[in-house]
Amino acid sequence: MTATATDRTAYINARVIDPASGLDATGGVLIEGNKILDVGPDLFLDDVPDGVGTVDCRGYCLAPGLIDMRVHLPEPGDEHKESFESASAAAAAGGVTSIVCLPETDPTIDDVSVVEFFARRARETNIVKIYAHAAVTRGRVGKELTELGILSEAGALAFTDGDTPVADALVMRRALSYAATFGLLIIQRPEEPRLARNGQMNEGEMSTRLGLAGIPAVAEVMMLERDLRLVELTGARYHAANVSTAAAVDAIRNAKAKGLAVTCDTAPQYFTLNDTAVMDYRTFTKVSPPLRNEADRLAVVDGIKDGTIDVIASDHRPQDQDSKRLPYLQAETGIVGLETLLPLTLMMGAGTGIGMLDLLKRLTLAPADLLGMKEGRLATGLPADFTIFDPDCEWVVDADKLQSKSKNTPFDEMRVTGMPICTVVGGRHVYSQLD
Amino acid sequence: MEGVPREEIEALLDLSESYIEQNRQDDKKSSILRGRTLINVFFENSTRTRTSFELAGKRLGADVINMSVSSSAIKKGETLIDTAMTLNAMHPDVLTVRHADSGAVQLLSEKVTCSVLNAGDGSHEHPTQALLDALTIRRRKQQLDGLVVAICGDILHSRVARSNIYLLNTMGATVRLVAPKTLLPAAIDKFGVEVHHTMANGIRDADIIMMLRLQTERMQGSYVPSTREYFRFFGLDREKLTAAKPDALIMHPGPMNRGVEIDSELADDIHRSVIHEQVEMGVAVRMACLDIVTRNLSRNTNGNGS
Repeated sequence: MTATATDRTAYINARVIDPASGLDATGGVLIEGNKILDVGPDLFLDDVPDGVGTVDCRGYCLAPGLIDMRVHLPEPGDEHKESFESASAAAAAGGVTSIVCLPETDPTIDDVSVVEFFARRARETNIVKIYAHAAVTRGRVGKELTELGILSEAGALAFTDGDTPVADALVMRRALSYAATFGLLIIQRPEEPRLARNGQMNEGEMSTRLGLAGIPAVAEVMMLERDLRLVELTGARYHAANVSTAAAVDAIRNAKAKGLAVTCDTAPQYFTLNDTAVMDYRTFTKVSPPLRNEADRLAVVDGIKDGTIDVIASDHRPQDQDSKRLPYLQAETGIVGLETLLPLTLMMGAGTGIGMLDLLKRLTLAPADLLGMKEGRLATGLPADFTIFDPDCEWVVDADKLQSKSKNTPFDEMRVTGMPICTVVGGRHVYSQLD
Repeated sequence: MEGVPREEIEALLDLSESYIEQNRQDDKKSSILRGRTLINVFFENSTRTRTSFELAGKRLGADVINMSVSSSAIKKGETLIDTAMTLNAMHPDVLTVRHADSGAVQLLSEKVTCSVLNAGDGSHEHPTQALLDALTIRRRKQQLDGLVVAICGDILHSRVARSNIYLLNTMGATVRLVAPKTLLPAAIDKFGVEVHHTMANGIRDADIIMMLRLQTERMQGSYVPSTREYFRFFGLDREKLTAAKPDALIMHPGPMNRGVEIDSELADDIHRSVIHEQVEMGVAVRMACLDIVTRNLSRNTNGNGS
């Protein structure tokens, strides 16, 4: 039995960009219900058939919905900072159709029951798609492995202790080794914790000037290089998160050249800001790992350009005023990033000559492939998740207008280029300036 | 002191000079700050600096209140900003603030309408200490220009060192730092200083030797292996002092660890050590600072200075 034509909607007059097929041309997308029926430059050249709804994209870009593989959604635990509903609204306003959350919840996601809670809340919220990573170790304390296989079956996409690196080399070896048994992905945010202890910002001229304890840049590559040795030993799949230093980008580049199954991501703050932003003790610049110096920032951009850095994720971490209106030492780390992910990435691309297909791949196809998701591409039969955005629209970030419950952004009042216009999840408009 | 221009430093030192005389008279009290309220808000204990600010305020005729916040509000969960807002509601004219965290005084000053004086914040700055050091040096050596000043000890954690580096550089002195590498902060060579790791080289032909306090908890096996070893290589004694100019002055912000960073005999040598003079200058410098910030208050209704 065929579906009736009334289920169908045609998105016409768009610049359709699909990194998976390499398509970047004027055209359209036809959806039926929650799935894509057809995509192409030749679509609706004559006219849209009767009975099919139309959405005029006004020449804006239409790309697969963004997949943000690094979101701190503090529910359960800190619902006053962000809830499923507010995170979903922020994602939708940012053109993000799928978020993958870190297990930095309370209780942490180290047990099937918490994965199921997560899935139920995601279903109830039903705005964007919400997935979760599970912890590598029980309670994220770096000692005993979680039930990786069962958690994976329950829906966990990958395994990470979030911002807490697995410090014990033996535990990490076993985690990688066991994960390799099932082909699971281990994500580590590399930082040698003892070397970084008490550190508030990047170590250098700025930390000395401000009298804040520094974290040396080598703390990142030290842990990363240890892990790369273990990856070589175990043959596991390994993903380094929040890569922020030149040395770490180099280490990943070398590991890839060696043929290891290694990937990495970075966040917009690491290619947009450097440690001079900490001036005046603005606690919204306190992030983990810390903002680095200008040479590191440029190396991150180069890493994106040459493909060493596979994925760009927001590292969205909401913090309320009580966690940030404090002396720098006492303030919590993190910034909200879902709503600035797309413009900051587009601006970086425009400034460095990275093409649109290449840039969007890091926000869509690359994380999808890494995590085994079917989303992230425009093709017949796939979920109708896409984002329509104006790549040229200039606007000024206003923290008070963010959808996120928390407003901790260092990009407040910054002029940015590129604005999400309409976000479509499973054929539904979850955010739109078109309607 | 970072970014404070030479003329302002000189004006403050000149003003301080006038208060030294006042402080040596029988009647030490004037009424410049009559009716003004000064609150010393100390989130970190300090008898010396707090007393100095208290005397400075009282000698200018202000009403002075001391608050040790570490012992009261913080324990009840009140944040720095809550404390600032509460105090502000009582309409003080000046708050002098000491806090263990770098940047905390600036944060507090952004939330209040009165003047704020930084009485030391974390490892960031201690401006009145640098000013009183400068005043002490200037009175003994007539000028700061061209002097060689060796700052020795725990530079890493020292707000006194940072404020002195900025001030002395602005005033045309040559600044040398002498410390083991574990007690030097990153990229310190970019601060216009010479860095030395032996006392012999560091204080050679120096006009001024500033010793810094080494915190007890940093002595044993963490930043330095032992008190004994630290004194052996970086403590100031008569033998090491022979490398400096014969009329070199010895300074210390206090409180001293005798036998750790400085030999007792030297600390008490009235021909070389100006440590007690520094304390005297401290009151005069703080009077000058209070005078200046309240003058600004009379013109505007509020003004912040740190």
